[in-house]
Order: sequence, then C-alpha cells, then structure tokens
Amino acid sequence: MNTVNDTDLQQRAWHAASQVVDPEIPVLTIADLGVLRDVAVSDGHVEVAITPTYSGCPAMNMIALEIELALEREGIRNPKIRTVLSPAWTTDWMSDDGRRKLRDYGIAPPQVGSGRRALFGDQHVACPQCGSIETEVLSEFGSTSCKALWRCKSCREPFDYFKCH
Amino acid sequence: MTAASITVSETPLVLYTLRRADDALILGHRLSEWCGHAPAMEEDMALANMGLDLLGQARELYTHAAKVEGQGNDEDKFAYLRDVRQYRNLLLLEQPNGDFARTMTRQFFYAVFADLYWRAMMASRDTTLAAIAAKAEKEFAYHVRHSSEWMIRLGDGTEESHRRAQTAIDDLWAFTGEMFSVDDAERGLIDAGIAVDPATLRSRWLKIVSGVLHEATLILPENDWMQKGGRDGRHSEHLGHLLSELQSLPRTFPGAMW
Repeated sequence: MNTVNDTDLQQRAWHAASQVVDPEIPVLTIADLGVLRDVAVSDGHVEVAITPTYSGCPAMNMIALEIELALEREGIRNPKIRTVLSPAWTTDWMSDDGRRKLRDYGIAPPQVGSGRRALFGDQHVACPQCGSIETEVLSEFGSTSCKALWRCKSCREPFDYFKCH
Repeated sequence: MTAASITVSETPLVLYTLRRADDALILGHRLSEWCGHAPAMEEDMALANMGLDLLGQARELYTHAAKVEGQGNDEDKFAYLRDVRQYRNLLLLEQPNGDFARTMTRQFFYAVFADLYWRAMMASRDTTLAAIAAKAEKEFAYHVRHSSEWMIRLGDGTEESHRRAQTAIDDLWAFTGEMFSVDDAERGLIDAGIAVDPATLRSRWLKIVSGVLHEATLILPENDWMQKGGRDGRHSEHLGHLLSELQSLPRTFPGAMW
C-alpha cells in the first residue's frame, strides 16, 4: 500500500465525483447539494459515500450510475458506491454557491434553517426572476419531489421553489 | 409459471419494520392510483409526489428489514412475493380511494399520526430507523399541511363537499384505533428504546385532528369501537385486489428485469 498514491487517487476520485450533476437540476453538482459525503481509498480501491435526499427521489439511482461513469472515465476501475442514511440529508447542506446557481437557473433556493419553523412558519420566498417577495404558493408539490410551485405577484411569472427538507 | 411466495422469519424487529414498510407501500400505491385522475393538475402532482415519498420510505424500510432478517430477502421480494396474509399494514391504508374527500380524509388521519410517530422515532436506538424517521417526519409534515388544508376546504366548502367529507370521516373512523395499538412483539422493542409506543401519541393526534375538523365545521365521531387485524395479516377484501395489480408482473414473469 502506498499512502502518497492513495492520497492522490482520493483527490482525483473526489474531483471526478464532485463534478457529477443532478439529472433534474443540471446546474447543481452533487457536491453543491451535499449529496456527496465521502470518498475513501483503501488498497487502491475507491469507495464513494452518498446520501439520499428526499426518500422517494428517483434521481438517486441515476446519480450513483453517473458517479461510476465519472470515475471510470478518470481511469478508476470498479468504484464502489455506498449509501449512507445517517445523519439524514437536509437542504441546509446546500452550499452558498449552489444556492446562487439555483437562483440564476430560475429556481428559488431553499431557506436556511430547515427545521419545523421553516416548514410551517410564514414563508417569504423571493422571486428568482425579479427579486420581489410579493409571492404566493400555488402548490406544495411541484414537478419533482424537491420542488413546490410558486407565483410572483409582481412580475406574474410562475417559478419553482426548492423546498426545505 | 408464477413466482411462489417467500417465507419470512418474523423476529420482533423484522415484523416491526415490515409493518411500517407495508404501511408506506400500500398507502403509496393507493395514492399512485390517482395519477391522471385527480381533479386538477396540481393535485395530480401532489398525490403522485406524496405517493413517491411513501414508496421511498417503503424501500428504505424493506431494505432495513432484509438486512435485519439476513435470509437473502430484499425490498423486491418483500413487496412482490408475499401474500395478503403476510402483509402487515394498517387496515386504514388499504381502504379504496373512493372520492377525493375519502382519499384526503384517509391521508389526513394517517399523516397526522405518521408525522408525530416518525418525529418521536428520530430518538430510536436503531440508528437506521432513526435516520429513516428524520426524513419521513419532514415529508409527513408536508402531507399534514396539504391534507389539513383540504379538510377545511371540503368541510367548509359547499353542501356537497361537506357531505362527502363527513361521510368519509364517519366511514373511516373505526380504522383509526389500529394506529395506536401495541402487541407483545412490539412491547419489547418499545422497552428497549427501539420503537415508540404509539398509544402515547393518541391525545396529541386527537387534539390536532379535532382542531382541524372543528375549523372545517366537520364532526368528530363519538363511536369508539375500533376495527383491527391488519398488523396480524387479517385484512379487508380490498388488499387482495390491490396486491394482484401491484404484484402481477413479477409474479407472472419471475425475475423479470428492464
């Protein structure tokens, strides 16, 4: 076992895995989302730990497959993908950069502090198009498990809001 | 050729986990039956989304049950290769969708319970169950808000919507008691800090439910006779029909992949 090589391999593997994007929201990488938990190397074998987001999110299977492909492209053979449930993923793990990218893409980012207060208190979600906070919820459930459907009362545009979880 | 049913070693923890997994699968399947039939596009998406939450919870719970059991079963075998008598879900959740008011009433009764239940289960000594609970309770918080708003809208809506909501409440009420029942198999898990005693949640459940129904101008039934049996595999006639649809493909083409 060579420690220097393992460290190098770990960094290459992390870099490759961290570039994988969410198939539904291709502006966000799994690193932005906080889905990528850990990349471990042992005896030249790479194991990537990811955490599921919403319980029923169908993107998770796709993400695991994309990680394998990304590592294979990097010349890393037979990587193992492990799913870690605990601690449970929360939207609070989304990076600031991820939140900015989401807003630029037209999706209002989740509010920070996704406790029950955020779920049930008054929500003030700014319109990702015009920035107005004169917005209203159209439906708690949107096009994917992670999104709700909102509408801006100022610019009249509908938009997706990435729900707190 | 058809696939035969599996046998399950129902130790208390396996049985406990399968009961919750079956709850999630069966209610999730019921909600999926609305896909393409809901009264509005937003509701179609909402019902499908909630069904997906439940399916995701079911998959995690089945996978955990398989690991605990250690007999080579997996999520697919548990879902597709058990007969009606091997299913352990609450009778409430297998009840047919009926009209929209009935679906919402079933959802409301259960979501209020499940939200309280999984929030308490976050303290389980079984770390996998605690992690599943942490996600599930957030998902059910959304289901509670959605179904509560609908109960108020239906109850305090037109004469027709009020009548349908009240009929659904009266018909489904006798199935709510099973959510709070505990048997010997679970008593040990409760004492060990792995499971939560659902009976301790009943007064809070009743407070939330009666609050919403009051605002909805609907009446909480006084009848306290409760129907049980699902947890032991004694089901209503509806579950067999549901399973015949849910299981038809893997039963008919064993091991089919796509």
